[in-house]
Amino acid sequence: PEEAQMKILVGYKRVVDYNVRIQVKPDGTGVVTDGVKLSANPFDDIALEEALRLREKGIAEEVVVVGIGPADLTAHLRNGLAMGANRAIHVTTADAVQPLTAARALLKLVEKEQPGLVLLGKQAIDDDANQTGQMLAALWDRPQATFASKVDISIESGADGKATVTREVDAGLETIEVELPAVVTSDLRLNEPRFIKLPDIMKAKSKPIDVVELASLGVDSGDHLKTTHYAAPPKRSKGVMVKDAAELVAALKAKGLL
Amino acid sequence: MSKILVIAEHLDGKLNPSTARAVSAAAAVKPEAVDVLVLADNAAAIAAEAARIGGVSRVLTVERAENAHPLAAVLAPQIAKAAAGYSHVFAPSTTFGKDVTPRVAALLGVAQVSDVMSVEGPYSFKRPIYAGNAIVTVEAEPSHTVVATVRTASWPVAAGGTNSAPVESLALDATLPTHTRYVGLQSGKSDRPDLQSAGKVVSGGRGVGSKENFDIIFKLADKLGAAVGASRAAVDAGYVPSDLQVGQTGKIIAPELYMAIGISGAIQHLTGIKDAGTIVAINKDAEAPIFEVADFGLRQNMDVELSIVMPCLNEAETIAR
Repeated sequence: PEEAQMKILVGYKRVVDYNVRIQVKPDGTGVVTDGVKLSANPFDDIALEEALRLREKGIAEEVVVVGIGPADLTAHLRNGLAMGANRAIHVTTADAVQPLTAARALLKLVEKEQPGLVLLGKQAIDDDANQTGQMLAALWDRPQATFASKVDISIESGADGKATVTREVDAGLETIEVELPAVVTSDLRLNEPRFIKLPDIMKAKSKPIDVVELASLGVDSGDHLKTTHYAAPPKRSKGVMVKDAAELVAALKAKGLL
Repeated sequence: MSKILVIAEHLDGKLNPSTARAVSAAAAVKPEAVDVLVLADNAAAIAAEAARIGGVSRVLTVERAENAHPLAAVLAPQIAKAAAGYSHVFAPSTTFGKDVTPRVAALLGVAQVSDVMSVEGPYSFKRPIYAGNAIVTVEAEPSHTVVATVRTASWPVAAGGTNSAPVESLALDATLPTHTRYVGLQSGKSDRPDLQSAGKVVSGGRGVGSKENFDIIFKLADKLGAAVGASRAAVDAGYVPSDLQVGQTGKIIAPELYMAIGISGAIQHLTGIKDAGTIVAINKDAEAPIFEVADFGLRQNMDVELSIVMPCLNEAETIAR
């Protein structure tokens, strides 16, 4: 069989850690992020893990993590390198990046890097948009397989190959087949990401990170959504504790729920 | 004035009720027309259902063999073409809508508003971020098509039955890709009510203890005529399939009654049930965060929630008689 030469691009966003209970600023201008723990978006860790497994299976040759954000994002990308990515690309911008801009920037990198597969998380847990992968696939005019819980890649000789992807949809598990190159977005059950070991952190220090300014990619930042106000969600009124099942059933009956 | 195109979601020739929820959100924009677009291989029965939804002006059908299954790469170019002349394109924020709508937005070169909770004006919407821990107001660009998904839990099913909107077949000049192929659907179908539209939901978590114990959750649900849900922990433990998961990464629901049994109430779970009418929590841990949002809490110092559920089940049985 021919040697697999496929390159995989992985989106690697930094977000407020999923364990943090975020606070909305009293003046409604945003959420408090100063001094708050930041981590890799959990879905992106899963996407990266899948890419690393494909490399370990000999299907891919190189795994490249991509982050878009401010100068201090470099340290975050080192985590991706420590996890096992070969190299990183840091697209720098001081502005908040919305999905359409992220997709346009990723498209520029895709055109340059020519990956066989782009793996992204299905959504970022800060903006909860669930858009970037689909938008990239549209702009690239390539297939998308979103909410993936299983990915099988087969490379046929002389062809670009295909991916058979099981997707977590509301009705159950859907399987689709997509020609490569394609965009796949990871769902929670795709895999369990590995932990970073200390020697890997040392090794990651010597791995290359390309830095490129967002503006230099010629990305049209386009028309964005303007966020005009942030609010805390309405609080539910305090409930009552009941002493046993009988009292619970009586209370639900009284409300006409049983 | 606004004209809104709502993308119909359907399966096995039946319209998904999430479509009528998206129509409710569309009506809140106070548009001059709300048209429903049905992309299918055989659209007649689905279109007839859509035509009965209150507030729908027209139903447009695009019948092609390629539309037999909801493949985003195949549907998006058609929706992008059909969007011409509309100020807004809405779809339900289900896995179907989440898959296809951003692809449409990118083809139109516009941003997307995900999970619209409320309509503040034709170009102003509220949506949740950070797992529902903050609500933002976003303004879309009035000179562009607004592409949005509608958070189904925030909107009622538009009244149906009396409307009879005209059904028209739509011819679209769209080239469809062949790079994406449907293989199959392994459905977690059951006779129980659908989790996303059920009036009552009984959910189990890690505290249920085992796959076998989960039978009690199913029995209780059947007694109450409720749908069954689960926490991520219960799904990860293999008690139930993942399509039952409720939460940020699963389904967002708003039943009248939600019973959480053996569920601690992690942030990502709570975001899926915040809009439920009445929340009941049964948990042995007095400190479980689920009690902070529960209208009725029952806690007992027992090792297994199962022994708490049983009397509850018996009570329900008594009521059923």
